Amino acid sequence: MTGTVGVPTRITQGSGTKGGVGESTLRPDGTLKTTGEFAYASDLWHEDMLWGHTLRAPHAHALITRIDLTDALLQPGVYAVLAYADLPAAKRYGLELRDQPVLCDGRVRFHGEPVALVAADHPETARRAAAKIVVEYDVLPPVTDEAAATAPGAPLLHPDRDDDHAPHVPHPNIVRRQPVRRGDIEAGRARAAVIVRQDYEVGMQDQAFLGPESGLAVPADDGGVDLYVSTQWLHVDREQIAPVLGLPEDKVRLALSGVGGAFGGREDLSMQAHAALLALHTGKPVKMVYNRYESFFGHVHRHPARITYEHGATREGKLTHVAARIVLDGGAYASSTPAVVGNAASLGLGPYTCENVDIEAIGLYTNNPPCGAMRGFGAVQACFAYESQMDRVAAELHLDPVEFRQLNAMEQGSLMPTGQPVDSPAPVAELLRRVRSMPMPPERQWESAGEGADLRALPGGLSNTTHGEGVVRGVGYAVGIKNVGFSEGFDDYSTARVRLEVVGGEPVATVHTAMAEVGQGGVTVHAQIARTELGVAQVTIQPADTAVGSAGSTSASRQTYVTGGAVRHACQAVRAEVLEIGRRKFGSYHPAWATAELLLEGGKIVTDGGEALADLADVLEGDPVERELEWRHRPTQALDHERGQGNGHVQYSFAAHRAVVEVDTDLGLVKVVELACAQDVGKALNPLSVVGQIQGGTTQGLGLAVMEEIVLDPEAKVRNPSFTDYLIPTILDTPPLPVDVLELADSHAPYGLRGVGEASTLSSTPAVVAAVRQATGLALTRVPVRPEHLTGT
Amino acid sequence: MRVNLRVNGRPRQVDDVWEGESLLYVLRERMGLPGSKNACEQGECGSCSVRLDDVLVCSCLVAAGQAEGREVLTVEGLPGASAPSSALSSDPSGDSSEDDRSGELAPIQQAFIDAGAVQCGFCTPGLLVAADDLLRRDSDPSDADIREALSGNLCRCTGYEKILDAVRLAAARGETRRREGG
Amino acid sequence: MDFLRPASWEEALAAKAAHPAAVPIAGGTDVMVEINFDLRRPDHLLDLGRVAELREWEVGERTVRLGASVPYTQIMAELRHDLPGLALASHTVASPQIRNRGSVGGNLGTASPAGDAHPALLAAGCEVEVESRARGSRRVPIDAFFTGVKRNALAPDELIRAVHIDRADGPQQFSKVGTRNAMVIAVCAFSLALHPESRTVRTGIGSAAPTPIRARAAEEFLNAALEEGGFWDTGEAVPPSIGARFAGLASGACNPIDDVRGSAAYRRHAIGVLARRTLTWCWESYRESERRAPCA
Repeated sequence: MTGTVGVPTRITQGSGTKGGVGESTLRPDGTLKTTGEFAYASDLWHEDMLWGHTLRAPHAHALITRIDLTDALLQPGVYAVLAYADLPAAKRYGLELRDQPVLCDGRVRFHGEPVALVAADHPETARRAAAKIVVEYDVLPPVTDEAAATAPGAPLLHPDRDDDHAPHVPHPNIVRRQPVRRGDIEAGRARAAVIVRQDYEVGMQDQAFLGPESGLAVPADDGGVDLYVSTQWLHVDREQIAPVLGLPEDKVRLALSGVGGAFGGREDLSMQAHAALLALHTGKPVKMVYNRYESFFGHVHRHPARITYEHGATREGKLTHVAARIVLDGGAYASSTPAVVGNAASLGLGPYTCENVDIEAIGLYTNNPPCGAMRGFGAVQACFAYESQMDRVAAELHLDPVEFRQLNAMEQGSLMPTGQPVDSPAPVAELLRRVRSMPMPPERQWESAGEGADLRALPGGLSNTTHGEGVVRGVGYAVGIKNVGFSEGFDDYSTARVRLEVVGGEPVATVHTAMAEVGQGGVTVHAQIARTELGVAQVTIQPADTAVGSAGSTSASRQTYVTGGAVRHACQAVRAEVLEIGRRKFGSYHPAWATAELLLEGGKIVTDGGEALADLADVLEGDPVERELEWRHRPTQALDHERGQGNGHVQYSFAAHRAVVEVDTDLGLVKVVELACAQDVGKALNPLSVVGQIQGGTTQGLGLAVMEEIVLDPEAKVRNPSFTDYLIPTILDTPPLPVDVLELADSHAPYGLRGVGEASTLSSTPAVVAAVRQATGLALTRVPVRPEHLTGT
Repeated sequence: MRVNLRVNGRPRQVDDVWEGESLLYVLRERMGLPGSKNACEQGECGSCSVRLDDVLVCSCLVAAGQAEGREVLTVEGLPGASAPSSALSSDPSGDSSEDDRSGELAPIQQAFIDAGAVQCGFCTPGLLVAADDLLRRDSDPSDADIREALSGNLCRCTGYEKILDAVRLAAARGETRRREGG
Repeated sequence: MDFLRPASWEEALAAKAAHPAAVPIAGGTDVMVEINFDLRRPDHLLDLGRVAELREWEVGERTVRLGASVPYTQIMAELRHDLPGLALASHTVASPQIRNRGSVGGNLGTASPAGDAHPALLAAGCEVEVESRARGSRRVPIDAFFTGVKRNALAPDELIRAVHIDRADGPQQFSKVGTRNAMVIAVCAFSLALHPESRTVRTGIGSAAPTPIRARAAEEFLNAALEEGGFWDTGEAVPPSIGARFAGLASGACNPIDDVRGSAAYRRHAIGVLARRTLTWCWESYRESERRAPCA
């Protein structure tokens, strides 16, 4: 048998003198990803390795009255069976609050919570052994919504809370409450010609990344452990894992293996600590791979939300006031609920200006599945609601919904309801104008084939439900605002190590960061930055690991900004050092060394006039120049607890969508015909990747609009943990996605760029629903929209 | 049990296969061919697509024993099995992947790289096998035909637009090659 | 677990006789999912993939003898004139990969109420040829085949050999509602077949009752209405009132549940819509063929 030890893929990419910032260079990992050689976490293999398996709780809320591992341990081929009592050190972990037990602590708080671990010589042996673990439960009624969570005498999910939010919440089952208040709502109401008030609901969406949670833990000779995992942030994983293992951080070494998508679902730990525990316990390498069923229990989901909005406007169409209450269900453990609440509150007005705002966002503890990060992070839920409201207000006022939005659109210099000035371009009205001016897709495209209807162009698709009967077209618009980077005073930094050397006469740059490449293309951009800054063709991207400083999370649309910024910063330091060496060695030979702007280009030091002063080879003489530096974006501030005021965010990202749909109004089936997007990206470092990000985010928004939802039964158990019943869009559900990229530089950001990964996820959903509303005339206050909603059944 | 089969043209024999193992598991864990991906193991995502006796299938739904004596083609075997690739290994614009391995890629693989159809890449091997299968049957498919042929392959990153671009690109390059008598 | 690999039909019957609990596996599209997800651990898997005759079909004068393992892809491509309803249904099955492996025999073996082939088989009319080593071959009419949720008329030692489906003598349609435009399990499905030779119609409903069913009251109503109105002879358009009544009766035949894929109320509603639409499509196509016939 053959196999590869878990060595992450080193990527070398070169090009002529091109391939710098602004070009659509190709992914350096593209070849390996198409040949099948790229090593994802689930592909790792090690001599003599064991397979780990997790036994999960079948109830959402229960006490464990007995647990007996004996029979499982007796199974041939079983090397370890661990439960809570076997944990060697810290018992809990968590991204923001350490409230999640590594293994169930005697009280089950959500359906699917890990109870015990098995390591065995074959996955089937591990599964059979897990089935022999005896666990007796005393099942308790679950806490499933706000009313139950805050009712008098409600069971407390975490009775011993001592986190920073605890003193500021009205009830211990509320993780965080954040108001954002500005102006005077009553005064606004008094001025309003129309007031629209409505409840909205957003279902629980799943990231549904294709590569299930997996990884390999290898015990090391020094008593530590080497972990090869797919994650979004190596260092924060380590921060949580090391205490659980009772090891100092330097003995817990993480390397990024190939990541099959993330979208927020890999911010929290899944199997990392479990595999490491099993590896240290058995002294053998342990691989864990979740299957799709387990994956639905193995990561957090997007917070489902119940939202109430009140919008008022003058007859002329200016917003007088916006009041909102946003209730996000965080489930059993906090995960990133506090930050999600902060986003929902601070971005809850949308990309508009309004003087009188009163928004309250809360995140709940319940016995529902834990919810945390997913692309759009707290801004998605609110965007569906406020954009639905904008359409309703426009309708009340008999105004065009796009013009009504443009009339109230924020712009550079506007104040956020947090009091923070928007200090870079905010082309909200322009994005709407652009997306509206795109050509409309032709009508009745199913007739274009000639003979009969092309089912593939109709609602229902290949299922042959309509040949055109009942089909009505609708068009809808929406726009959204998303923060970029970590907010609210978080020290958001990244680290890059850059080396420049001459190898075989060729200058080569090496970039080493701990950035998690999850598919977004950060590795492509890092190579481009190094080429631009160092004038080299050949760039090697080192595998991401904890041997270099933290890069922060691959989330919040932040990596190109922050780790890209760190790479640029380190490159510039390397360049300065090289120029300094050059000046020392050759400065006396040419006056330009002292007077001209000097650059690195094609392995030479040149003046900005293009005159070559020295060869890098002569300057470096075989010695590399290397710098490892941290880089941070401008600091942000915490929001105050009562009014939510403060400069909480560093940058915003805006996208607008126009959705064209065709609805089979008799059957309630929706075909999205086209979903056009305009987004401002500040500066497209890699236009091809930028468009890919926008299209991918758009499609996830489409999924939330019409099909994606994790459904719970009354006992808070997940009813559809499979790709058979948790549906994500196929290529036949996804229409053409034209993208108009606007580049208005943000002078505070590297190259003027604006984080690109999330904005399109926000406005896609409300645009699709607005289009369905136009086709059907229905109110549609809940997503995903189901056929039942469209047919009154 | 023991299973004998041919994989990517080579005879392979594996022992100690548990009878409930899928062909996917055998390829990935017993043959060192992890290119076929284990994304859902229920035939919903297509990431494990291979050709079994020249027929496109989900290898997660083929019991290992059912592959006895059969011919399997995985993504690892695409360069040797799809339409001749040497003439087309790089983008004529010169903007192709600069990697010196690109000469070993099948046209559809190169097209995926060039069109930006790869993000996280987990769905890519299955899509490549499915797209290659389509182009073998139909060298100039319409967009609707491409969508139908790839409707069994989920992608969560790209929104599929660039995957469509890649298939169109591979088809166009194939057309160029045919016209030029390649 | 043992893996049995019979090389012929006789060997397969012998294996099933020896191990009545053995689970037959052909395309694997149901069985392997259950094994992969640890939902099923049979002592024996009985691989039918080596029994070549199961992948053959024969078009006879009145019926098509369809081998149990003929994949949907082949039905779509080769049998759409003789078995148009089943060919349409085949096209709605999952994805190309699944259609290359899945078969009517497998669908019948699983006997899920959501099996895509079932409504088309019910509407076309067919007999399922099953066989055991001990008692030989018998034919089960499709109307008697489905006995409960995921239960069928097979004895433990029997295997499905073929399906004898009446060749279409008139238009047939199949429609399936799913919440995605491809690769989706039926929320509900409806099939209609016009049988001009006998001047009858037959229906099939999927995913809207514990088993696949026919909408018998709807069929009887429509048979009578078409006869009384002389529609078979005149080829005139069927008035909307007849379509509406037919739809209502089809809806009424359902006995659905609320589940994660859809509500019972929606299923009833959707079956009505599909009944009306498939009647329109079938009847239009019948009229067209009637109009053409005199010239031929």
